[in-house]
Amino acid sequence: MTLKETFLTPLFKGNPITVLVLGICSSLAVTVTLKGALVMALSVTVVTGLSNLVLSLLRKGIPNRVRIIVQLVVVALLVILVDQILKSIEVTFPIDKQLSVYIGLIITNCIVMGRIEAFALGNKPIPSLIDGLANGLGYGMILIVVAFFRELFGSGTLFGLQVMPAGYVTNNLVILPPFALILIGCIIWIHRSADKSLQEK
Amino acid sequence: MEYVSLFVKSIFVDNMIFAYFLGMCSYLAVSKNVKTANGLGLAVIFVLLCTLPLNYLLNKYVLQPGALSWLGGQFAEVDLSFLSFILFIAVIAAFVQLVEMVVERYLPSLYSSLGIFLPLIAVNCAILGGSLFMQQKDFANVGESAVYALGSGIGWYLAIVLLAAIREKMAYSNVPKPLKGIGITFITVGLMGIAFMIFMGISL
Repeated sequence: MTLKETFLTPLFKGNPITVLVLGICSSLAVTVTLKGALVMALSVTVVTGLSNLVLSLLRKGIPNRVRIIVQLVVVALLVILVDQILKSIEVTFPIDKQLSVYIGLIITNCIVMGRIEAFALGNKPIPSLIDGLANGLGYGMILIVVAFFRELFGSGTLFGLQVMPAGYVTNNLVILPPFALILIGCIIWIHRSADKSLQEK
Repeated sequence: MEYVSLFVKSIFVDNMIFAYFLGMCSYLAVSKNVKTANGLGLAVIFVLLCTLPLNYLLNKYVLQPGALSWLGGQFAEVDLSFLSFILFIAVIAAFVQLVEMVVERYLPSLYSSLGIFLPLIAVNCAILGGSLFMQQKDFANVGESAVYALGSGIGWYLAIVLLAAIREKMAYSNVPKPLKGIGITFITVGLMGIAFMIFMGISL
C-alpha cells in the first residue's frame, strides 16, 4: 500500500467507527457538545498516532507473550501525558469533568489497541504513524458529525454560540445518550448505501 | 438501605451500556447469540467485582492526595493521582491473567467455552470505566465499592443478554440491505436505551 492509500483508507473505506466498529465505547458520551467531541478527537488522534509510532519502533524487541502488557504500558503513558496537558490548560480552556473519565478510557479504546495489533506490529514506523493519525481522524470525523447534529438540535448552539433563532424549543431527545447510537446507525446506513461493497450478507 | 439503593441505581439508572456506553465494542461483537453473551456477561461481573474493590483500596491508600499519610508525616503532601490510569490498568490486566490461569487449570470446560473473550476483558472499557467512576464517586468504604461493582456488572450482563436475544430473533426479519448487521444493531441499542430511560430520575 502506498502512503496515500494508508492515509485515505481509514477515513472512508475502513473507517474505524462505521466499518470496523471499534472505539464506540468512550466516544458516544462525549458528542453532546462540539467542543467535547473536538477535544476527544484530537486526544485520540495524538494517542493512536504516537502509540503506533512507538510500538512500530519497538516491534522487533517485544517478545510475543508479553506484548499486550507492553502495549498497555505505552498507551497508558501517552494517555497520562494527554490528560496532564489537558489539566494544565484547564484554566484558559475549561473542560467538562465527565470528559476526564473518557480521556482515561482512551487506554482501553479498541481503536488504539486494534491498530497496534493490526498495523504497527507488522509495518515500518512512518506508515504506522500515518495509519494511526488517519484512524484518529476517521474516528474524529464521525464524532464531529454526530456532535454537530446533537448540539444544533439539542441545545440550538454550535461551540456554545446561539445558532438557532430565538424561541427555538430544544429537542431533549437528541441530548439523551441513546440518540447518538441511532445517529451512527443512520450514518452507517448512508455510508453502506453509497458503497455497496461494505454491505453484510 | 444505602447499599440497596446504590445497587438498584447502578443496575438500572447508571447502566454501564445504556447510560455511559462502556464496553460497547465487545457488547456489539459478542451479542450474536445468547449462550456466548451469557458467558461473557458472567465473566465481566466476576472481574468487576474483584478488581473494583482492589482499585478502591489502591486509590484510598496510595493514589489520593494525602493518601500516603499512613507512612508518616512527611508523605502527607504526596499526590500520586496522575498515576491512577497506569496502576488501575495494571491491576486489571494482572487480575485477568490470573483468572485465566485459574480457570484453565480448574475449570477447563468453562475455559474453552469462553475462549478468546476472557483475555479480552482486560481491554473492556466497562472494567476500567468502573474503576474511574469509583474514583469520581468517592465511596465511603470498600463495601460500597463492591456493591457498586456488582450492580454495574449485573447491569452490563442484563444489557448484553437482552440484545443477544433480540438479535437472535432479528435474523429472521427483513432488514434493508445497507442496514443489515451492525447498522440495525446500533439502532436497536438506541431504542433499548430509550426504553431504559424510564428509570432516569428515580431516587431511592
